[in-house]
Amino acid sequence: MQPKERLKALLMLEDGTHFWGWSFTGPGEAFGEMVFNTAMTGYQEILTDPSYRGQIVAMTYPLIGNYGVNTEDSESLKIQVEAFVVREYQPRYSNWRAEKSLGEWLSENGVLGITGIDTRALTRHLRLFGAMKAGVTTEDLDPKRFLERVKESPGLVGRDLVKEVTCPQPYRWADGKIEWGVSEFLGAGDYRIAILDCGLKFNQLRLFEERGCECVVFPADTPAQEILARDPDGIFLSNGPGDPAAVPYVVETVKQLLGRKPIFGICLGHQMLGQALGASTYKLKFGHRGANHPVKDLSTGKIEITSQNHGFCVRAEELPPEVEVTHINLNDGTLEGIRHKEIPAFSVQYHPENAPGPHDAVYLFDRFIETLKSS
Amino acid sequence: MPKRTDIKKILIIGSGPIVIGQACEFDYSGTQAVKALKEEGYEVILVNSNPATIMTDPEMAHRTYIEPLTPEILTEIIKEERPDALLPTLGGQTGLNLAFELARRGVLERYGVELLGAKAEVIAKAEDRELFREAMRNIGLRVPNSEIVRNLSEAEAAARRIGFPIIVRPSFTLGGTGGGVAYNIEELREIVEQGLELSLIHQVMLEESVLGWKEFELEVMRDAKDSVVIICSIENFDPMGVHTGDSITVAPAQTLTDREYQRMRDAAIAVIREIGVETGGSNIQFAIHPETGEMVVIEMNPRVSRSSALASKATGFPIAKMAAKLAVGYTLDELPNDITRETKAAFEPTIDYVVVKCPRFTFEKFPETKDEITTSMRSVGETMAIGRTFKEALQKALRGLEIGRFGFGADGKSPSDRGEVLPRELIVEKLARPNSQRIFFLREALRAGFSVDEVYELTKIDRWFLYQLADLLKIEDGVRGRRLEELSKEDLLELKQAGFSDRQIAFLTGSSEEDVRRRRKELGLRAVYKLVDTCAAEFEAYTPYYYSTYEVEDEARVSRNRKVMILGGGPNRIGQGIEFDYCCVHASFALRERGIESIMVNSNPETVSTDYDTSDRLYFEPLTLEDVLNIYEEEAPEGVIVQFGGQTPLNLAVPLAKAGVRILGTSPESIDRAEDRERFVELLDKLGLKKPPAGTAFTVEEALEVASEIGYPVLVRPSYVLGGRAMQIVYSEEELVRFMATAAQINPEHPVLIDKFLEDATEVDVDAISDGEITVIGGVMEHIEEAGVHSGDSACVLPAVSIPRPLVEEIKEATRALARELNVIGLMNVQYAIKDGELYVLEVNPRASRTVPFVSKAIGVPLARLATWVMLGESLKSLGFTKEIEPKHISVKEAVFPFRRFPGVDVMLGPEMKSTGEVMGIDQDLPLAYAKAQFAAGMRLPTSGRVFISVRDRDKDKVVPVAKTLLECGFEILATRGTAEYLKNCGLSARVVPKISEGLRPNAVDLLKNGEIHLVINTAEGKVSREDAYLIRRFAMELDIPYATTISGARAMACAISRLHEADFRVRPLQDYYREIPESYYLKRGLL
Repeated sequence: MQPKERLKALLMLEDGTHFWGWSFTGPGEAFGEMVFNTAMTGYQEILTDPSYRGQIVAMTYPLIGNYGVNTEDSESLKIQVEAFVVREYQPRYSNWRAEKSLGEWLSENGVLGITGIDTRALTRHLRLFGAMKAGVTTEDLDPKRFLERVKESPGLVGRDLVKEVTCPQPYRWADGKIEWGVSEFLGAGDYRIAILDCGLKFNQLRLFEERGCECVVFPADTPAQEILARDPDGIFLSNGPGDPAAVPYVVETVKQLLGRKPIFGICLGHQMLGQALGASTYKLKFGHRGANHPVKDLSTGKIEITSQNHGFCVRAEELPPEVEVTHINLNDGTLEGIRHKEIPAFSVQYHPENAPGPHDAVYLFDRFIETLKSS
Repeated sequence: MPKRTDIKKILIIGSGPIVIGQACEFDYSGTQAVKALKEEGYEVILVNSNPATIMTDPEMAHRTYIEPLTPEILTEIIKEERPDALLPTLGGQTGLNLAFELARRGVLERYGVELLGAKAEVIAKAEDRELFREAMRNIGLRVPNSEIVRNLSEAEAAARRIGFPIIVRPSFTLGGTGGGVAYNIEELREIVEQGLELSLIHQVMLEESVLGWKEFELEVMRDAKDSVVIICSIENFDPMGVHTGDSITVAPAQTLTDREYQRMRDAAIAVIREIGVETGGSNIQFAIHPETGEMVVIEMNPRVSRSSALASKATGFPIAKMAAKLAVGYTLDELPNDITRETKAAFEPTIDYVVVKCPRFTFEKFPETKDEITTSMRSVGETMAIGRTFKEALQKALRGLEIGRFGFGADGKSPSDRGEVLPRELIVEKLARPNSQRIFFLREALRAGFSVDEVYELTKIDRWFLYQLADLLKIEDGVRGRRLEELSKEDLLELKQAGFSDRQIAFLTGSSEEDVRRRRKELGLRAVYKLVDTCAAEFEAYTPYYYSTYEVEDEARVSRNRKVMILGGGPNRIGQGIEFDYCCVHASFALRERGIESIMVNSNPETVSTDYDTSDRLYFEPLTLEDVLNIYEEEAPEGVIVQFGGQTPLNLAVPLAKAGVRILGTSPESIDRAEDRERFVELLDKLGLKKPPAGTAFTVEEALEVASEIGYPVLVRPSYVLGGRAMQIVYSEEELVRFMATAAQINPEHPVLIDKFLEDATEVDVDAISDGEITVIGGVMEHIEEAGVHSGDSACVLPAVSIPRPLVEEIKEATRALARELNVIGLMNVQYAIKDGELYVLEVNPRASRTVPFVSKAIGVPLARLATWVMLGESLKSLGFTKEIEPKHISVKEAVFPFRRFPGVDVMLGPEMKSTGEVMGIDQDLPLAYAKAQFAAGMRLPTSGRVFISVRDRDKDKVVPVAKTLLECGFEILATRGTAEYLKNCGLSARVVPKISEGLRPNAVDLLKNGEIHLVINTAEGKVSREDAYLIRRFAMELDIPYATTISGARAMACAISRLHEADFRVRPLQDYYREIPESYYLKRGLL
């Protein structure tokens, strides 16, 4: 009964804990920070979320691949994770929008996927001991030797991963498509949004466009002057991967933009704004990754269920008095949103653009547009 | 928002007796709510007619009314109690309807009672088809189009608006018969014409067909600050066209992308806001077109439901408890998540396993009804299983159903296991028309070479599920024919991870279950236990709620404290339901009180026993030998309680004992002495007790011989049954031959048992408790219906009112002798018959019986709790229960039947149990208590009007006093010719009404339909020539006209009606009754 062609795979954590499974994408090897995501749907969005660059993602939901993949649900142009870990991969899928299987898609993109892992045990381990470096391989199945290689692999802390995922050149987003090289607003919308791309998700662009905004996307290292020269109505700081302390150049840009134009930041963008306002960031033990995190809007008292994906957090106590905390995470009380009381700038740690995840926080896009209207 | 302080007293309405569509889940939700509100310091008043519930235990609410759930009675209770608020959303449809009716009648306004959670307008908006459609249109959602038509031309016009295919549903027909799917105008005309004819009110509904669309449900909660969360998504394996209660369902949804799921989530949130459910839980059903993704809303329940109970068990999130707390003003972010403690209830559970629910059907009890499942629910119970893969969860669920299957085939019971290929036409039919066995026919289809696509076309079951089934067959094929020793650890691991039971592996490898178990252990392959924690391990969980799987890590936190394992009853079925769960829950409470850890094992998601805080540890597992032994080995408890969960755990007692498990209480040896027929006869002989003459037979010839020896009528049945399955009273040789032809197929290994049937005997049920030293009678219950009606279907009264005192003493003495001889430690139930002053023992059950909750409620002593302590070695003396309690009040139990759901079935009572639930009536005398029980069971006895009487010849003299009483009450008597003449000869006036077969109109059925008959008394002989009588009974039931099918029942009804002329019902809480019983457990312990 054992299909002998099954390719054995090893998942090794830097503390020596390891799991055996099988590759469902052919041979391969990858290293990265081991994290888990608790969303029950949305693997295609997760795989293409640039914030996962440098990470090996395990899904806590055991059956993955059920609905295949399609061309509509990707959040960037490629698969971003270093490798993908699941409990039971589903090679046969069923959904009216599906075009191919998850496994085919991963192997076409050279991303290793492994199955047969006790992902719950893995998750419990990460919860207890924190996110850590890891490696997956089908090639080096000697645990001892592979452990050494995992230990030697570069971690996440202090590493600038933004430069790996930001767009190589500016582009304009129109009708859901990229127009490479267009760095000017063509007056196609009610508002002009300049987007500083640290690893954005397409749904951010889609939501702006749906709201009548024209978006031009700039590489993360674009100087502030160059952006301001396009005279945008507002500036959006996107999400992105890795350690927020490793991209001081973006923080510097944000400092220069502050007060010049209304700013809205998400995730890494929020951490950029926080740093620009004087607070530092710290690493969470195992981060927040999922689609069920309750966030309280302190101004209304309402709860929104949010999509989250972050391993770092802004230190609320270091924020200056002119900045107020607007949102907190109900699970652990960590900072989820801030607002400058005097100048139009606000940001949230979570993902109001969802994809995957609930749509509860989409109102923040409207709130930003309101800000644009009033400035 | 903190809780409200302007309300102090809250009324909760339960859901009444267990019926199809409303089972233990509302005891579960109601109990949670009562506890939650008490915890907040509110005074809770509870009303429910069902004594077998935990919620009606006197310690639960402050004042507990076991009274009929009618608007009139509720009004009395409100008048008496003057509650500030009524929480209407926890008692199922019954509770909701009743609350709505009280609002409609102005009762709530008159007495200043506020509806919490959902106001009357909200209930109306969710329940009324047109208002709901309108509301959905307001938020840009669609419900399938439908229209009600009264004639052909209306139908044709409506069809143009709706579009084909169209589902035609005649309104109000005999058992939902008639109707169908019309694909063109011609078919429509035909079906509508027929439907109009069948409809009692000459109406049919035309509905846009969404048959075959994918079906989903979302469980939604909203708080007073308008925060909304989704607790769980559920995907139905069986697509639209099968009632969700009858579908195999899976949580979470499996085949939706995030985008599609979020669209549904948005819709659900919009629905709960638009309908206006202020706080609490709702269930919203959606259908999605499998090829286009078009979504429609099917319905919304603005209350907790069967699905919300399932969602609670599937995720660990206690929806009912939270709904109660939200109703009194809390918001989700103020309530802690009990499971993680550090996080709040304001979140959406995420799960890291797969949950499969399978319905349990009972078509074998109603052979007149075709085994087909449709949009009207037919299943009587369900089992839920949790696994890390769909395959594992499905196979666990199938063996958890306790229908003799050990997974998805490969257990030697499928034709394909024997190498047979079923005829193609049969497979096609069984796939295309949903039925209770379809899951197994899917296997046969794949084995017969049907492709997944072909199966999909026939069933519209999503291909993803079919792939899973095909995978199971592939895995199976990899092992079939290999020897057990050839299988590597990896091979076995793959099988176990796909949910294969040891029994299946044994079948596939030609070994035994024991061999497989041994081999697994040799290889170090054992089940591990994982937690249900609402958060996929993201946070630490404190609630020990486990399921088994085969993986790396075992999370069970096994303690070294004293602990005892309790085996539950598994899925509800006729004959084994909530009564046994009630006992298991009491066992758990009893253990907790003694500081001993309780370990509950059960697979029924509806129950209180599977609530995560009922026991110290909960294992949500199938009740099979393998699964139970695995837990036993993991936990190593000091013993196992098997006598509370009904026949399920009792059947495991001997094999468990053989495997070295310590059974607490009455020994498996004693259990066998009572269950084994020959040993039972020896036992009775030894004690000098009598039983009806009997014999056993393996062949027709033997049967005829035995029957002629002991004399007709005889009671025949196959051995080892519960709920009187296939039991029948046989009056002649011819009938006996016919019975043997069918019974022999039921179980070729066991003989047919033949007993002398004691005609017109009085039956008596006794529940007793014994500690090995003394035996105390819990109660002697006298049946209202004569012997021959299954004890579960008969009404009974406690204390026995018409049995002479010396005979009652004799019964008690016999019970004590039996308990002594069997060395009963714990509970025991004995059934007796009294014929011509002689006492016969019919049956001894050395376990908790169905009547334990009823007796406990009647006498104010929780027998199951005491029995648990007794099993732990305590004496009844030390527990202060040494003397039988004879309350002054009268308690009557009445059975409730599912006939309406089973077209073509006769409503006659017989030796085969058919009831699904029971109610209790308590009052100062038998007629009033009986009347209350009747009202509670839905028989609203008239105090005047017309009674239709038609009885068989043997009953003619006996019906005379009944008729006389009714005449005295002012009834007019209508009767069939024979009965009328007999009555006239006795000097009673009766108007003759023609039988249907006589061809004259108006006949009895016409009068019933026209509402001109208010009570029906009808008895009939055996199974012969009863076409007329059958229709009259069936129509009476369908039209909600009270009826009696036995003379004893008619007599009790007449007495009750007569009594209602002098006295009114008085409502009174249990606590007040118990204050009058000095020996009441609750009074003695100061619990009232």
